Amino acid sequence: MQTLDLAKVELREVNSTLHAQKEDTNQTSWEVVNPKGSHAIAVGLDAPIEVTIMGSTGYYCGGMNKQATINVKGSVGPGAAENMMSGALIVDGDASQYAGATGHGGLLVIKGNASSRCGISMKGIDIVVHGNIGHMSAFMAQSGNLVVCGDAGDALGDSCYEARIFVRGSVKSLGADCEKKEMRVEHIEILKDLLERSGCDAKPEEFTRYGSARNLYNFDVDNAAAY
Amino acid sequence: MKTHNKSGIPYTLPRQSATFTNEVNSEIRRAAATGIYDIRGGGAKRRVPNFDDLLFLGASISRYPLEGYREKCETNVTLGTRFAKKPIEIDIPITIAGMSFGALSGPAKEALGRGADAAGTSTTTGDGGMTPEERGHSSKLVYQYLPSRYGMNPDDLRKADAIEIVVGQGAKPGGGGMLLGQKISDRVAEMRNLPKGIDQRSACRHPDWTGPDDLEIKILELREITNWQVPIYVKVAGARPYYDTTLAVKSGADVVVLDGMQGGTAATQDVFIEHVGQPTLAIVRPAVQALQDLGMHRKVQLVLSGGIRSGADVAKAMALGADAVAIGTAALIALGDNDPRFEAEYNKLGTTAGAYDDWHEGQDPAGITTQDPELMARFDPVEGGRRLKNYLKVMTLEAQTIARACGKNHLHNLEPEDLVALTVESAAMAGVPLSGTSWIPGAG
Repeated sequence: MQTLDLAKVELREVNSTLHAQKEDTNQTSWEVVNPKGSHAIAVGLDAPIEVTIMGSTGYYCGGMNKQATINVKGSVGPGAAENMMSGALIVDGDASQYAGATGHGGLLVIKGNASSRCGISMKGIDIVVHGNIGHMSAFMAQSGNLVVCGDAGDALGDSCYEARIFVRGSVKSLGADCEKKEMRVEHIEILKDLLERSGCDAKPEEFTRYGSARNLYNFDVDNAAAY
Repeated sequence: MKTHNKSGIPYTLPRQSATFTNEVNSEIRRAAATGIYDIRGGGAKRRVPNFDDLLFLGASISRYPLEGYREKCETNVTLGTRFAKKPIEIDIPITIAGMSFGALSGPAKEALGRGADAAGTSTTTGDGGMTPEERGHSSKLVYQYLPSRYGMNPDDLRKADAIEIVVGQGAKPGGGGMLLGQKISDRVAEMRNLPKGIDQRSACRHPDWTGPDDLEIKILELREITNWQVPIYVKVAGARPYYDTTLAVKSGADVVVLDGMQGGTAATQDVFIEHVGQPTLAIVRPAVQALQDLGMHRKVQLVLSGGIRSGADVAKAMALGADAVAIGTAALIALGDNDPRFEAEYNKLGTTAGAYDDWHEGQDPAGITTQDPELMARFDPVEGGRRLKNYLKVMTLEAQTIARACGKNHLHNLEPEDLVALTVESAAMAGVPLSGTSWIPGAG
């Protein structure tokens, strides 16, 4: 285990050290201590390494991650795992706004609650929130899976495209063009896999699936009020 | 037409309304027939005070000129000197503005890269990501970081020579975009992670930050991902140029790109293009003032865009304090957009050469703003690149000609004192005297 102490070194050194790890590095286990809410920790990683951040972080923790598995022993600020391509970000605590925004791939697990706009414009990422999520989550979500084990706030899935949204609890309201969908066998399989990989003991059958009604896919003046 | 009544009394000539013009009436009829607002490409077409309203004074007894073709007038510019380890060094102060693959064909993007490269300048991606064609043919490529994040990935980000965070554009300050389904080919759809054939909306604001405090952190993140190597530009529409420039600089931008309302878009509502934003002439001085007030003029570079057409425009923009300009619409025209040789086909589309602006419909006879394979095949990227190079060279020569006449050995040495204005409005906007007077409206 290699340790990087943000009380002793600058953010630049932390990230450049992690960036220097190549595909075949034998230093696969890293620990970042004293994060104290710093922004942009472990961003742009591109190696199959495991990084554990011992505390809470500021904005964009794990942004644009590829391959790495990043664990946060605390909560994360806005935009955690934004535009993640692959790998994983696992947050023990809560997440602020825009968690997983525009993510293309990989797995984001939030063991607490996630604030508003979780999964905004997601493009293939899988997000599992053990708790609740805030309003406007999965806004304009393009693809991937958003799994919510608790409740969802207002305007869930507004203007979403082909992303799948699974909610176990209540949904305060659905956004424009988002509707309840049939839960088919393949969806149960997707959920089963995601719940297992994210360490959640909920049962797939307890969830309801939501997705795009596809009424706003091509402009129609009769839908103008929904745009 | 009868000119007199039965009694021989002459009729008054029919009088067209200055308010309800034929053009206005045609739009009312179109709206009544369709129930949809008009969407089009391009920038503001209305007449606004512009660089044509300014004149250079040239040399006289108090100032002497440089000898054309003998005494040098430099044109190079370095963008991103504030924080980036590798600023962009270009030979001419004219860059190619961001235009997306999707809005433009792959060969058109290639031609922009070829032309820019041959002229020693940079080109810019757009909404839709970076294509191998433009990366391969652009030795200096600016990667736009847009609200939609279509095609955004860290590998391309690291391949870029600069990153341009797009907050707004002059054609639609505060607006997003829409690429209509008919232009969504398999390749465009794949790059944007969306199904083929559906309208693709581009958000009007970024999904993971709002406001200048967040922007500062976003810039930090992008610098960390790219190891502080490349410059980070912030592009804003010319809405509130003083404050937006101030906030961009305070957020850590290396370069501010400022886009006036004549700047084009691939597609947005005509009402937005014509009625929101400010003319390019009006926005440059407040932005320069903001940089000067912060002590950052020439340290954070200012790139001005929006209706730049000639070397005279380039020289005037630089005299008012810009470090460089960017061209979009003019570059497309150089490639062959709106060429009269396609007049018959423009007529079939209900328009005429010079006025064609339905770029979003994908039926461009010139094969530039389309994804239709047959139309695309009409466009030769090598020839297009050559034409763009020629045009950039001509603009540069023109700007040099003016600068030498003003006694300047570098385009950057042009200054507001070299200019006068032809109208009260342009004098006030540009902060230069009305021609024949020493009066600068609004000064003092």
